[in-house]
Amino acid sequence: MAKAKKYRFNEVSPVTSVILNISFTLFAVFCAAPLVLVVMSAFSSEQSLVNNGYSFFPSEFSLDAFKFLFSKPASILRAYGVSIGITALGACVSVLLMMMYAYPLSRQDFPFKKFFTFFVLFTMMFHPGLAPKYLVYTSILQIRDNFLAVLIPLLTNGFYLFVIRTFYKATIPPTLIEAAKIDGCGELRIFFKIVVPCSLPVIGTMGLFMTLAYWNDWMNYMLFISDKTMFNLQYLMQRVLNDARYLAENGSAISASAAAGAPTSGMQMALVVLGVGPLLFAYPFFQRYFVQGLTVGSVKG
Amino acid sequence: MKGHEAAQILKSPFKRFCCNFSKYKSLVFMMLPLTIIIFVNSYLPMPGLIMAFKNVNYYDGIFKSPNVGMANFEFLFNSGDALKITLNTLYYSIIFIVLNLTVAIIMALGLNELRGKYKRKIYQTLFIMPYFLSMIVISYLVYAFLSPDKGFINQTILKFFNIESVNWYSTPNAWPIILPIVNMWKMVGYNSVIYLAALAGIDGTLYEAAVIDGASKWQQIRFITMPCIKTYIVVMILLSMGNIMHSDFGLFYQVPMNAGSLFSTTNVIDTYVYRALSTLNNVGMSTAAGLYQSLVGFILVISANLAVRKIDADSALF
Repeated sequence: MAKAKKYRFNEVSPVTSVILNISFTLFAVFCAAPLVLVVMSAFSSEQSLVNNGYSFFPSEFSLDAFKFLFSKPASILRAYGVSIGITALGACVSVLLMMMYAYPLSRQDFPFKKFFTFFVLFTMMFHPGLAPKYLVYTSILQIRDNFLAVLIPLLTNGFYLFVIRTFYKATIPPTLIEAAKIDGCGELRIFFKIVVPCSLPVIGTMGLFMTLAYWNDWMNYMLFISDKTMFNLQYLMQRVLNDARYLAENGSAISASAAAGAPTSGMQMALVVLGVGPLLFAYPFFQRYFVQGLTVGSVKG
Repeated sequence: MKGHEAAQILKSPFKRFCCNFSKYKSLVFMMLPLTIIIFVNSYLPMPGLIMAFKNVNYYDGIFKSPNVGMANFEFLFNSGDALKITLNTLYYSIIFIVLNLTVAIIMALGLNELRGKYKRKIYQTLFIMPYFLSMIVISYLVYAFLSPDKGFINQTILKFFNIESVNWYSTPNAWPIILPIVNMWKMVGYNSVIYLAALAGIDGTLYEAAVIDGASKWQQIRFITMPCIKTYIVVMILLSMGNIMHSDFGLFYQVPMNAGSLFSTTNVIDTYVYRALSTLNNVGMSTAAGLYQSLVGFILVISANLAVRKIDADSALF
């Protein structure tokens, strides 16, 4: 209450306030416009796209592009399945493993803290590059065309590890752990029964970041996956755009309709809408965690 | 407790290690899975760097391929490729740092002055949204604007002004402007949240005192806000300077649609490394370019960090 009063007391003038609001509205339009353009294009008829191009106000609406995509839904549904499965698995495993690595680092009494911190820090400063990494995955681990090749590269992130460590340092007092020890708790039990329940905020934030990383990943698919049935949604989209013939090769039903004037330009945009959809609907609910995570990350310890 | 520690100091380092290890072995085992993953991702590839000094052929295998000394590097630097991709990388990195920083700070200052909690939340939601899209999606969004025959710019804006349509995907000179706009569009909301958090940390009584002394909004920003977040800004700039040799691969590979005619202005070190590996199939050259990037990047990170430590020790990475 007192805070609200203080703000009123030092408020910007009404004119400035209007100017601020106008410029922010314009910028908000600038942020949203590309997505609106794509959604509009996805819902416009192929004829209006040919005549007027991609437009914010298409002359004719139609669901042809979506109907066409779902006339042979196998590859899209499979890509959805891969995206959802890998994202869920990857995000859960990576958050759990990162917590298990970050927690000992946050303990004042852990004697190997320096070594394990440096072990991570060095990877943040020196990247061996793409070619040697490619070689490790394909020749040493031999996980081409294996989902492990898209899971392992993203499992760990040095910056997030330090964010989690900082969180633990700030929220879990050493006395709490000491007390649990005196009560006869083992280290593992302390971690799972005390530390994990205390770390729900950081689980939310890191879960969101990792979900984003796995859902939006395409590079590891481009490098390691050549089997079409294992593509995720992002990579499927890339393939469709990069060679429009790709879908045609994929099924005879599609190639037949492609010959009969398939809505290719609308279809590309419809695919984007399908690809963005779930994430964008979920995003406003998770925004809180996102902002929280950024704020935690900016306070380094 | 004290007696135990004293006993430890008396022991030899090896015995101390064993004692510590047995005491903390469950914590070490907890760290083991991710330690293995980090090792595989970042340490196992390091011996492969030797490929930079070899003419790799798959018949002999990597380690038995003939040594060529510095030939890969000589070719890289003599062909002019190294200079071009380095200049491109540096150009974009510096533009991104300057542009994102200014816009994000202005935005944060504005959002901070905004009345109404919900308005602020709605703006913020819209500003951060682009950050959630993958580079593939962004490349489609850009394509909807720039497509030569159906793009919004060619078909609507340029038509409206009766200007002949431009084939953006074969006009290299346009991309040094397009890519910073795309990058700003994606990153600005994200960055402004970070600065907004810094603004929230400023002591409110400072402003109260200033208002009583009759300071205007501009004077408050100039004499209170800016000095308060100055260290923070300098630290952010230095940390991003450390990453100046690296660029967002997706932005430079997907958004220009991998168009060969745009390579003169869109090829950065990261895309060069990928293309040398995948299309030219020149493993030695790709490794050499990657090693060059890593070494310069390593030196930059270390020096940036030393500088940060001088200014604000808490913000330093190590």
